[in-house]
Amino acid sequence: MQLFELGIKQSQVGLAKGEFSSVDLTQSIIDRYHAKNAEIGAYLTFDEEQALELAKANPKAVPIAIKDLINVTGQPCTCASKILKGYVSPYDATVIKNLKANGFIPAGRVNMDEFAMGSSTENSGLGVTRNPYDLTRVPGGSSGGSAAAVGGDLCIAALGTDTGGSIRQPASFCNCVGVKPSYGRVSRFGVTAFASSLDQVGPMTKSVEDAAILLKALAGHDEMDGTTPKIEVPDYEKAIEGASMKGVKLGLAKEYLETAGMDGEVKRIMDAAIAKCEAAGAELVEVSLPHTEYAMAVYYIIAPAEASANLARFDGVRYGHRSEAAKDVFSLYTKSRSEGFGAEVKRRIIMGTYVLSSGYYDAYYGKAQKVRTLIKRDFDEAFAKCDALITPCAPTPAFKFGANQDPLTMYLNDLYTIPSALAGVCASAVPAGFTSDTKLPVGVQFICGGFEEEKLLKISKAFEDIAK
Amino acid sequence: MKIDVKYVAELARIELTEEEMAVFQPQLENIVKYVDKISEVDVEGVKPMMHGKEIVNAFREDVVRPSLDKELALGNAPKRVGDEFLLPKIVEGAES
Repeated sequence: MQLFELGIKQSQVGLAKGEFSSVDLTQSIIDRYHAKNAEIGAYLTFDEEQALELAKANPKAVPIAIKDLINVTGQPCTCASKILKGYVSPYDATVIKNLKANGFIPAGRVNMDEFAMGSSTENSGLGVTRNPYDLTRVPGGSSGGSAAAVGGDLCIAALGTDTGGSIRQPASFCNCVGVKPSYGRVSRFGVTAFASSLDQVGPMTKSVEDAAILLKALAGHDEMDGTTPKIEVPDYEKAIEGASMKGVKLGLAKEYLETAGMDGEVKRIMDAAIAKCEAAGAELVEVSLPHTEYAMAVYYIIAPAEASANLARFDGVRYGHRSEAAKDVFSLYTKSRSEGFGAEVKRRIIMGTYVLSSGYYDAYYGKAQKVRTLIKRDFDEAFAKCDALITPCAPTPAFKFGANQDPLTMYLNDLYTIPSALAGVCASAVPAGFTSDTKLPVGVQFICGGFEEEKLLKISKAFEDIAK
Repeated sequence: MKIDVKYVAELARIELTEEEMAVFQPQLENIVKYVDKISEVDVEGVKPMMHGKEIVNAFREDVVRPSLDKELALGNAPKRVGDEFLLPKIVEGAES
């Protein structure tokens, strides 16, 4: 086994025993990057010098690939957008500080949909990422670079972000474990904002154990992010010891399991996963989340609305692209933004501006926030009857490049991941099998209540053990 | 539902080409038609959910702390003069 194939736990064991150093591990990733990145395109940039320096200074540290919207001092942070080409971060995001304080170092910047808007990484303004399991297919998105790097062994583990499914759907497409923490569990300080009431940073890893270790490092209260409550971070790694399906109440919701448009192979893998859980001692409970059908509509009002406000900061004044054609204040803004943003980002900014504009605010944004309350209530009621929901991550396995040309069709990819994002609860993606004809990975999703990551990881670990 | 895409884009300080307009117009109308689905939900007496986790008043001590170094803060400026961002003239009739 080569070093780049290792996960976090295996790396930590080898480092502790002195079998290899952090420099060896980092160098192995760099060699793998040179051998494979031209084909897969997981990374946008890789500052080898900085990574090796950090490895030298921290001989027991494990390198982690970073999604290109998280600030690391001295590194680019482009959000895969032309508008931030050449930008160099002047500070570390809190998650990066947390990584460094817990035996990890940032190494390499991975691709994504521009400003995390998309489900295939095809919206990246700076490069193409291919699915390591089939190069003619997308890696999913928006954390497609993170997923391709983990799935293709181009890193030990990666950080992704999830706003409506951007960790879980690509994890499913690339055979990784992904965890979207509860809203507020992980600090967003230094993470370029897309939709501030939804964004969360989370681990994308080769095993549930690795996800537990990495989440433990990332999570916790941060005085720089007022949405992180002072709730103690449990020892997630310890929590998953001896995890079992015995007595776990798994909720089966028809709103997720009986949906039109679910691929036949996804359905087969899903049914097999449920049967395995039951055979391992889980108790199956039927639950209903009646407002699920409105979640997509609520999301595509709230997320663009918040994005339109957040992305107002890109004005060509203090950083980012400034148009050569800027002659006055109006053209400075419009020309710089129009030249810098890609099509999907423009579309969402316009959509967000529309639903917030005078005369439409109450009917769209105001109403969507109320329906969001009802969606949250559905989860509260479901979790009164079960420990976790088991659902698909996405309606299909990884699709071909260009397969979803219409934006609305692309949006439907996040059907199963959006409701839990709106509710602010935690969820995971865990590999469950491969399609029989195309041999593509498919993951299942577990969803638990807010700040129930311990339970979520335990159930995910128990599933990982029986799915193998 | 007819959306004045050009006007809304202007509000967002985005200038669309003719080609973009032709593509965006039907796409945005389609998306708006889809999200209109929420109009059928009865939300009488339901409070809005503003955030993923409700926290009231996240206070911290009001103490002076060092901020970002000036050179770092100006490091990404498209154009600068000394310690200032250089911008095109924004007030009519003023000296640039």
